[in-house]
Amino acid sequence: MRKAIDRSVVILCGAATVLILLMLVIILGNIIAHGTARLSWEFLTQPPAQGMTAGGIFPAIYGTVLLVILMSIVAVPFGVIVAIYFAEYAKRESRFYRWTRMAVNNLAGVPSIVFGLFGLGFFVHGIGQALDKGLYGGKLLLGQPSILWASMTMAVLTLPVVIITVEETMRAVPREYREASLALGATRLQTILRVVLPQSWSGILTGAILAVSRGAGEVAPVLFTGAAYFLPRLPTRVNDQFMQLGNHIYVLATQSPDVEATKPLLYSTVLVLLVLTFLLNVTAMVIRKRMRSWASR
Amino acid sequence: MVQLGQRWAEVYMQQHPDVTIQVTAGGSGNGIAALIGGTTQICQASRAMKDAEKESLKSKRNLDAVETPVALDALAIYVNKENPIKTLTMEQIGKIYLGEITNWKDVGGTPGNIVLYGRENSSGTYVYFKEHVLADKDFPSKYQALPGTGAVVDAVAKDKGGIGYGGIGYATDIKTIGISKDPKGAAIEPSMANVLSGTYPISRQLYWYTAGPAEGAVKALQDWVLSPEGQKVVTEKGFYPLKGE
Amino acid sequence: MRSSQVVSQLLRVSDVTNRRSLRRRQLMDRAAEALILSFASIAIAIILLIFVYVGREALPLLWENVDGASLASTVTPPADWQPVSANPRYNVIPLILGTLKVTFIAMLFGTPLALAAALYTSEFAPVRLREWIKPSVELLAGIPSVVMGFFALIVLASWLQEQFGLEFRLNALNAGIALALAIIPIIYTVSEDALSAVPNHYREASLALGASKIQTAVRVVFPAAMPGIGAAMILGFGRAIGETMIVLMASGNAAYMSLSPFVSTRTLSATVAAELGEVVFGGGHYRILFFLGTLLFVVTSVLNWAGDRYNRRMRMKLFGAE
Repeated sequence: MRKAIDRSVVILCGAATVLILLMLVIILGNIIAHGTARLSWEFLTQPPAQGMTAGGIFPAIYGTVLLVILMSIVAVPFGVIVAIYFAEYAKRESRFYRWTRMAVNNLAGVPSIVFGLFGLGFFVHGIGQALDKGLYGGKLLLGQPSILWASMTMAVLTLPVVIITVEETMRAVPREYREASLALGATRLQTILRVVLPQSWSGILTGAILAVSRGAGEVAPVLFTGAAYFLPRLPTRVNDQFMQLGNHIYVLATQSPDVEATKPLLYSTVLVLLVLTFLLNVTAMVIRKRMRSWASR
Repeated sequence: MVQLGQRWAEVYMQQHPDVTIQVTAGGSGNGIAALIGGTTQICQASRAMKDAEKESLKSKRNLDAVETPVALDALAIYVNKENPIKTLTMEQIGKIYLGEITNWKDVGGTPGNIVLYGRENSSGTYVYFKEHVLADKDFPSKYQALPGTGAVVDAVAKDKGGIGYGGIGYATDIKTIGISKDPKGAAIEPSMANVLSGTYPISRQLYWYTAGPAEGAVKALQDWVLSPEGQKVVTEKGFYPLKGE
Repeated sequence: MRSSQVVSQLLRVSDVTNRRSLRRRQLMDRAAEALILSFASIAIAIILLIFVYVGREALPLLWENVDGASLASTVTPPADWQPVSANPRYNVIPLILGTLKVTFIAMLFGTPLALAAALYTSEFAPVRLREWIKPSVELLAGIPSVVMGFFALIVLASWLQEQFGLEFRLNALNAGIALALAIIPIIYTVSEDALSAVPNHYREASLALGASKIQTAVRVVFPAAMPGIGAAMILGFGRAIGETMIVLMASGNAAYMSLSPFVSTRTLSATVAAELGEVVFGGGHYRILFFLGTLLFVVTSVLNWAGDRYNRRMRMKLFGAE
């Protein structure tokens, strides 16, 4: 009797696991099955043509790459510095630590559409228009949706990911290293810069990769801060608008006139985004795993 | 209208490589808001600007809205391909979309619930439909608001009991019905002839708005759009040119 | 390698033994600390800024009525959301109901699956299998929400309608299931971490007393991991409440008051995303949308804080330490 109950518990839990993985396989399978049809070198390097029913998605890829580069320039250094605070300077009992910890956890849970509102209210209308008044005498240059503000908004959204990942790695650096460094006469700053940071490169890389993966796929934050429907000319200035893979999927799925004609293109775009985010996530996982096995040696 | 604007942009830029045109989607309301806010030079709208919006433009940018019709459109009523209905009266359509008629059998079709699809309230098509078909009454709460006409067409195509509305240009793979003056009357299809002659009751002009009269590159583009070449794109996209063929 | 060997390879001898530079290094140390602390406080500032800049746009609703929109109008009956109308009505109750409905469905489907899978991974699965399961579930987390929404819109909705003969093709169930798939990885990962972190001597003691592996898992390990599991569920709930793209594409967006999961629903987040573009800057509709955003922000922040407190309280209770 006991054994029967036991076995059924294990089977149920195992079945739940299988069901989850099955859903993953179904989704992936469906997208791969329908998405490979239009996938080709031309698809990746040409702009859309014939009213989004032919051609490729190169501007969306380019825009996405530009977006995540700008985003990372801000998010990664910022995240690393805050991670340094958490791993090296924070005193667990201090109120400041509690507040910063709560702030970062909170930031991780903010809905993406609220980031969109924030980006619109703070970056576009707030800072953008203030800069316009101050630097350009009121001309409308920076106070409008653009890749600059969209990437800043994304940077704020992905900041917690970077912080948490880098902090985890820094904490894994053995205490003895720090002690040895200080014993040799180095200051705390030197210890961090010369010892802890170099040993944490894998965490910084992982954090950056995870941030990039979110930046490519999140749509709500860029909907009103700079993503556009059709831009055959690639963005060249920071106040240009841009196309993004996630936004392109949303637009193709809801705005396209001839849904049946655009569907192959839509599926292929989804496949490209999925492959991109999967590659990034798998790379991050591999780095993490290798880092863990190094640390335990 | 976004697919029309996008195609215009595509063709014009092929001929004028020194010009850049950015097209952003989102509904007439978005475009008008952008015009008032000054973040766009041209706003496409499938409905006329409201007085309050014109005043906003005047007060914010000290410019008058200049309206230029650029194409004609029939507001088609989409139904699923398996729906046997061929025509409805304006009154029936209104009652359906007000939630007063809820079953297809009440209008002569196969029994089944009528599922309402349409655009979000940021869309000019939404506002136009409300004004001209619902006499400004509100949609019922069961009305499903989808973010683009493509989504509406897609939804109706997949739903046997569905009904939707949108520009005729989107109706490539969906069934549209005619509108008749009375329940036994002849169906007036949303064809170009009926739109130009005014017999199709819900047809409309599609507009371009600029803040102040168009100048320079914007005027050149606008003139081209109104030229036979630009109007050919209109037909290509399934809408109707201003002056007919 | 001994740690001092590693370290001395990283430090240059001259950097640390040069006495003249000691003062300079100490000053730099102090400056760096100030810089680092100020960056950390920027993190707090960002959260406050979000609250201020989002709430600020909604603030005027407190004391004035902007074209029919005011704080009172959000709850005045009738429960209609009709912001674009001859008679604009801004009652948010249908939207709140929609959000709660979809979130509830997501939690209903997602929590048992995620917890069962976490239990399996942590307690029952062979070690080799464990190394494959966890990354695979994390892959599910890597799917962007717009792709989930796309899948629900194109594939899931049709399948559901065929299987159950539903009247509305795009409905709360459709969005809820897709949402469940999106939150399962979060609940799973945090719960699995919590279960694995339960000290082994708990399991050993239980087994020594004669309990089976399964009894141990369910009656000893699972309760011991409650702080983490509770936190996981709250995290999942918070994520579900705020999710935008999935519901925007898959739920039908009808502001319809009904408890049925089979009808089309409209959530707070999808409303903001769908309507924000049209609103004229500073108008009543605009302010109400920012109010919805503020509401979402406050709710998710409170949930976050509550989860954090629950986690700490339970840890105190169970393990007597922080």
